[in-house]
Amino acid sequence: MTTIEQEHETAGRTAPDTGPAPRRGRRRGLASTIVWYLTLLVLAAVVLYPLVWLVLATLKPSSEFGRNSGMLPWEPTLDNYARVWDGIAGIPLWRYFLNSLIVASLAVVGTLGSSALAGYAFARVAFKGSGILFAAMIGTLLLPFHVIIIPQYIIFNELDLVDTYVPLLIGKYLGTEAFFVFLMVQFIRNIPRELDEAARIDGAGHPRIFRSIIVPLLRPALVTGGIFSFIWTWNDFLGPLIYLTSPENYTLPVALRLYNDATSTSDHGATVAASLLSLIPVLLFFLIFQRLLIRGVATQGLKG
Amino acid sequence: MAGYGFLAPWLVGFFGLTLGPMAVSLYLSFTRYDIFNPPEWIGFGNFVRLFTDDPVFLRSAKVTLQYVLIGTPVKLAAALAVAMLLNSITRGSGFFRSAFYTPSLIGASVSVAIVWRAMFAGDGPVDGSLRTLGIELGGWVGDVDLAIPMMIILVVWQFGAPMVIFLAGLKQVPAELYEAAEVDGAGPVHRFWKVTVPMLSPVIFFNLLLETIHAFQVFGSAFIISNGSGAPGGQLNFITLYLYKRGFADLQMGYAAAIAWVVLVVVAIIALIMFRTARSWVYYAGDQR
Repeated sequence: MTTIEQEHETAGRTAPDTGPAPRRGRRRGLASTIVWYLTLLVLAAVVLYPLVWLVLATLKPSSEFGRNSGMLPWEPTLDNYARVWDGIAGIPLWRYFLNSLIVASLAVVGTLGSSALAGYAFARVAFKGSGILFAAMIGTLLLPFHVIIIPQYIIFNELDLVDTYVPLLIGKYLGTEAFFVFLMVQFIRNIPRELDEAARIDGAGHPRIFRSIIVPLLRPALVTGGIFSFIWTWNDFLGPLIYLTSPENYTLPVALRLYNDATSTSDHGATVAASLLSLIPVLLFFLIFQRLLIRGVATQGLKG
Repeated sequence: MAGYGFLAPWLVGFFGLTLGPMAVSLYLSFTRYDIFNPPEWIGFGNFVRLFTDDPVFLRSAKVTLQYVLIGTPVKLAAALAVAMLLNSITRGSGFFRSAFYTPSLIGASVSVAIVWRAMFAGDGPVDGSLRTLGIELGGWVGDVDLAIPMMIILVVWQFGAPMVIFLAGLKQVPAELYEAAEVDGAGPVHRFWKVTVPMLSPVIFFNLLLETIHAFQVFGSAFIISNGSGAPGGQLNFITLYLYKRGFADLQMGYAAAIAWVVLVVVAIIALIMFRTARSWVYYAGDQR
């Protein structure tokens, strides 16, 4: 590798996340470069193997499950998809997709709204007790959820809200996921204060500064946070398992469990096909927004 | 006052859905409660039963600790190793970074648990390839000794998220430090321990803390892989699964609350040990100590 190539590589990146990368290994020979890349390629193959296996397994006819332990289907077919589309427990698969989509979309709206408001308060407003409340917020980041799920269930049961989406969503509208509040705080702290001060001189109060200065500049954090919120809600299993009792309200993960249980003896094909279909929105989001997501993880230092 | 206005939703959530419920579960842990009848105070009865009369709980605590204490360091070691590999190549690192990060997004999903169960079954591809090497295992899920390693492989597979954080940290290490170390005659091993590790120590600490706490919460994958049972020998009966079964299947909510508080205390102790020992190994550049 020549220096020019390296500079080109660095310059070609749009907005390097963490400043210019120190390039080392400059004197490394061609041989070790090849070894490096081979190692990475083998590693990538191992890491992606389960996904490739899943894709190919969905093409195996049911008769091959248990007999064909190789990766490639002997007689590839799309039958599994046709069967899975008919659904389970008399409910078509699209219904579960729709339920998941509704819950995840409403979660995104609530999470972004509540965490942007709280983030602004922590990052920009001076008020009594802000230090201790901020510490409490960070504390909840480290809190194992075990200690709150039972009382929460009792509350929602008391309020007759079991088998609705309210218990799954209300926490998102009240900023209980500290990860997102923290994300917003970090981002808002990096917005130059001069902008606020200029607006304040023009007579703007906090609500106006928040609306017309902070929110527009917060866009990247909102997009990153929104995608994470969507994906985590989409994948969530424990919440829907506890709260959703009627199959027509099920989100995809709990519906998948139905496939898994009811058909574990007979229809592996439908189960793997449903599994792959339910991963597709997540993978699609990642393909489109990967740069933004990875930068979000790298700079916030947090993940799911 | 504006502060409280902006913070209003968060305050309601914090007190109503976090702090309040914490207090309630602390109270419930000293009671017998089945949700239909009012809670009945039994003092330390639940805790005594947990530690003296509940082998299922002790087994569950043991497998959870094994999983957390082995899985987390291995995952972080893998993350750091691959981050260093990626940091030393010039082309294509974006592709590899994305490929390695993908499992972190989907690893906890039910879909992946279904894949894992099939892959590690007796007739699955993992045993299939081991068989060609002459190793006959007969499935990992039902095997008391192999179930935990299977789960550890699942969590290590998700090394991408900490890897991305390490990679960002590695890019911040000034190249002059390595050059200076090299001039002083330090070899690669020496440079790793004397430059890379100290410079990354805040990030390592941060990852270790969060990943450990996160690992205690493993639930969905173990639930799906064992069909909700925690497996016959209890080898997949992680603490969250056991809590779920006691609380939501058996409606022993007081007992489940006691389990929850034991988990909280154990997590707090581990976190405390980490923060205490951090003083001796976590190095903050520019920090005057």
